[in-house]
Amino acid sequence: MAFYVVQFLTGLASAASLFLVASGLSIIFGVTRIVNFAHGAFYMIGAYVAFTLTERLSGAFGFWGGIVVAAFAVALIGVIVEMVLLRRIYHAPELFQLLATFGLTLMVEDLVVLIWGPDDLVGRRAPGFRGAIDFFGQNIPSYDLFLIVLGPVVLGILWLLFQRTRWGVLVRAATQDRDMVAALGVNQKWLFTSVFAVGVFLAALGGALQIPRDAVHHAMDLRIIVEVFVVVVIGGLGSIIGAFVAAVLVSELNAFGILIFPKISIILVFLVMAAVLIVRPWGLFGKPEAPARKTPGLTVNPWRPLTSNERLAALAALVIAATLPLFAGNYALTVGSEIAIFVIFAVSLHFLMSVGGLASFGHAAYFGLGAYGVAFLAKMAGLPMIVCLLLGPLLGCMGAAVFGFFAVQLSGVYFAMLTLAFAQIVWSIAFQWVSVTGGDNGILGVWPSSWAASPSHFYWIALGVAALVTIALRAMVFSPFGYALRATRDSLLRTEAIGINAKRIQWTAFVIAGTTAGIGGALFAYLKGSVFPDNLGISLSVDALVMVLLGGVETVSGAVIGAIVYKALNIWLVSQTDLSKLVLGGFIVLIVVVFPKGIVGMLEMLAQRRKSTSPPGATLLAKPMGSAE
Amino acid sequence: MRARNIFVGAAFALLAGGMAHSALAQDIKIGEINSYSLLPAFTEPYRKGWQLAVEEINAAGGINGKKLVVVSKDDGGKPADAQTAANELVSSEGVAMLTGTFLSNIGLAVSDFANQKKVFFLAAEPLTDAVTWSKGNKYTFRLRPSNYMQAAMLVEAASKLPAKRWATIAPNYEYGQSAVAVFKKLMSEKRPDIQWVDEQWPPQGKIDAGPVVQAVAAANPEAILNVTFGADLVKLVREGNTRGLFKGREVVSFLTGEPEYLDPLKEETPAGWIVTGYPWYSIKTPEHDAFLKAYQAKYNDYPRLGSIVGYQTIKAAAAILAKAGSTDPEKLIAAAEGLSMPSPFGEITFRKIDHQSTLGAFVGKTALKDGKGVMVESVYRKGADYLPSDAEVEKLRPKD
Repeated sequence: MAFYVVQFLTGLASAASLFLVASGLSIIFGVTRIVNFAHGAFYMIGAYVAFTLTERLSGAFGFWGGIVVAAFAVALIGVIVEMVLLRRIYHAPELFQLLATFGLTLMVEDLVVLIWGPDDLVGRRAPGFRGAIDFFGQNIPSYDLFLIVLGPVVLGILWLLFQRTRWGVLVRAATQDRDMVAALGVNQKWLFTSVFAVGVFLAALGGALQIPRDAVHHAMDLRIIVEVFVVVVIGGLGSIIGAFVAAVLVSELNAFGILIFPKISIILVFLVMAAVLIVRPWGLFGKPEAPARKTPGLTVNPWRPLTSNERLAALAALVIAATLPLFAGNYALTVGSEIAIFVIFAVSLHFLMSVGGLASFGHAAYFGLGAYGVAFLAKMAGLPMIVCLLLGPLLGCMGAAVFGFFAVQLSGVYFAMLTLAFAQIVWSIAFQWVSVTGGDNGILGVWPSSWAASPSHFYWIALGVAALVTIALRAMVFSPFGYALRATRDSLLRTEAIGINAKRIQWTAFVIAGTTAGIGGALFAYLKGSVFPDNLGISLSVDALVMVLLGGVETVSGAVIGAIVYKALNIWLVSQTDLSKLVLGGFIVLIVVVFPKGIVGMLEMLAQRRKSTSPPGATLLAKPMGSAE
Repeated sequence: MRARNIFVGAAFALLAGGMAHSALAQDIKIGEINSYSLLPAFTEPYRKGWQLAVEEINAAGGINGKKLVVVSKDDGGKPADAQTAANELVSSEGVAMLTGTFLSNIGLAVSDFANQKKVFFLAAEPLTDAVTWSKGNKYTFRLRPSNYMQAAMLVEAASKLPAKRWATIAPNYEYGQSAVAVFKKLMSEKRPDIQWVDEQWPPQGKIDAGPVVQAVAAANPEAILNVTFGADLVKLVREGNTRGLFKGREVVSFLTGEPEYLDPLKEETPAGWIVTGYPWYSIKTPEHDAFLKAYQAKYNDYPRLGSIVGYQTIKAAAAILAKAGSTDPEKLIAAAEGLSMPSPFGEITFRKIDHQSTLGAFVGKTALKDGKGVMVESVYRKGADYLPSDAEVEKLRPKD
């Protein structure tokens, strides 16, 4: 019995650490609607700064002082980030801020290694909380007890702050209806900055408090960020109490789950999230979001098909691209193939995101399923390449059909997080089912048949498929189905009022996007000759999101440019420097500031401006830019 | 304008491809790939190690009079990116062979690439047995003692312990799984009386150490096998120390004696764990002294195990190239099979039968000395003594 009590308390201590970080994220999202990918980075910086301070300052006062000072220092960094970077992009399309915070995260991961060195750092134990307390023969670390008390204390302080201060009232009001708060004359700028500072403070405090139990290292952020998002979503966005309950729920399920299933930790949080979201689409304590007041269709340039001149130009460019094998070497061709495959992947997500308004955080699942489909058919059934390429993506299609059915019942960030949960479930199956998938050692030897093996032939295949896929999806945008899908994006209520079955339309779009991603994955398997769980992983899903956002989410096919720029730059930087994350992150942050509508979106806007202000002669010049999509 | 955009991409690609390093035609180039950005704690000393080797080789006249150049690429910890890097090294840089890699799945991906493109590959670090056995191929050789070998070395010591109730804690991925599987198999062969009372599989890099320690303690084992390393190990040790998990229990632990993993533990280092590792401070052989002196003179820092691996990888590559007198992969394979060479750990041989080198490891016990973790009672175990019989290896390895 004593054991179960101690295990429960241990779970509570884990929950407290999780809650501190999650509460900050929840507050930030609730008010600013920023999906703060950099929250893990702030957590990590908090730990590093606290490590330095607690090593320098001596005694109990030095330790606790160091922790608090570290949290304040990092909050200050947060304020600077918010004022310099995020303020510029609040009016950018939804999720665009994710791109900025993603860029920051990349930079921070390299910066901490540059500043603090590559070794794992182990900080000192907390003065006064070094040992353990005996509980009927079981030991409970006293630091755990400290955390167990701290969690509810922080919850209480936050509750008082939100219920009893004017600032708290404003924050709650903004969480419910930002526009109304702004209309009532509240200075949103400072409200957002202060909320961001509080959120970052909590993240950094959470990181600093890990010093006595953890090692400080440069991958801490990745370890926590996804888990924290999951906790926030399970609890309900913007709900502090929800975040607390969810943290306790997840931690306790883990603490007791491993007694029965020792391998459960790898997937537990995602299983819980999927279950919660299917039953309660807004999380445990969340409230349904009010229908959006803005009509996105009115704020962007109306979409139009390419004119015949533009079509000719596109065709000419395709022909030029097809001549690459005449003068480029094998490596360039292989990179070209990889970029073409990522164009397929990015346009498939772009179709879902920009046409359907459904941002998936787990799109790599269908890419990876396509790749695994090919690997199974080629290695187990021994089918020839052409058959594998045709049938492999069906696995992506089936996955999308099953998961899409549940996912489209939700919207916004809840939709995104459910797709993430499904992707992680698929990933963990690929990772754990060693006898079938080879686990993380993957499936090797999936090489193309001899007719397609030469880099130039493979390049032509990849280029051709990428062109066909892009054309097909474009055609779909301007088909009746595409109009119906755009209608569901712009106003769900009106769409249903005129008799369109919105859920079915969205589900269909999800399956189309998943199948297309599967085609990309199938080609990818043959390009690399092997398939790994990585192909379904979070980082690939994030890559796809970044490509779409970089290209411009409000464009018809900006993802093509986004994919080319991001992938080419990524491959080039990784090859040239060990600090590729720092440079790439810096580049992304720069793009975010210079092109707040994405690269293509910005070019289109410039072209539009020139068109409306310049004489007819200049319009012709502007045209190629306007069509760059 | 989609196609134009693809063209832009092609231009980028050309740029990337055209950026070949300016090396003279008569130089011999080796392509090296590792997870520099993902695992700097290991790869930084590793890089220093191979840079030292390159310097020494060229100072001694290069390879048959030709200068040795190592072109190094980061794989970011992703198999797919490792293949892109391998492709660049082979297609654009024209390297004579590939070396490096740390993670098992990346080692396998590059090994499969090497097999497909018929390129010589000397895997430095990946531990999975699959590299030389179940997924072994004719083009792939491996330097470090494999999972099986390290398990066999530990079992030799562990089987002498009186403990009968064993629990295991291992990261939930291939390395952890196969380390536990081999250890259990070999251990149960030697000690049929042993019971396996609990196993914990925390996700790699994400251990929730409190509950794991508590769960293991609840099973009340007499001894524990640990396979976690890095930050997970730190958390496990700290929780274990506080909760008294290790008190009165024997612990056998993979890799924990390597400075990369032992040094961060500082005063938390648990005493008396049986570990594999690299006690650079207590190895007194002429070969190692020479290496240690050269390394400390160049970097003003002590070597980690990664330094040895990096150093010996390039030394081995150079020895193979020198003996082959050619960069033809078939000749390199012929030269490497059965080739013996000196190393800081004494002479090693690349076995003909499975392309595994006989580099060994040190087995010893952890101890706390002046607030730092050290390995004591260390004994060098030769790799050749801890491999299964040739007949068994034949069965494990597919025919070329």
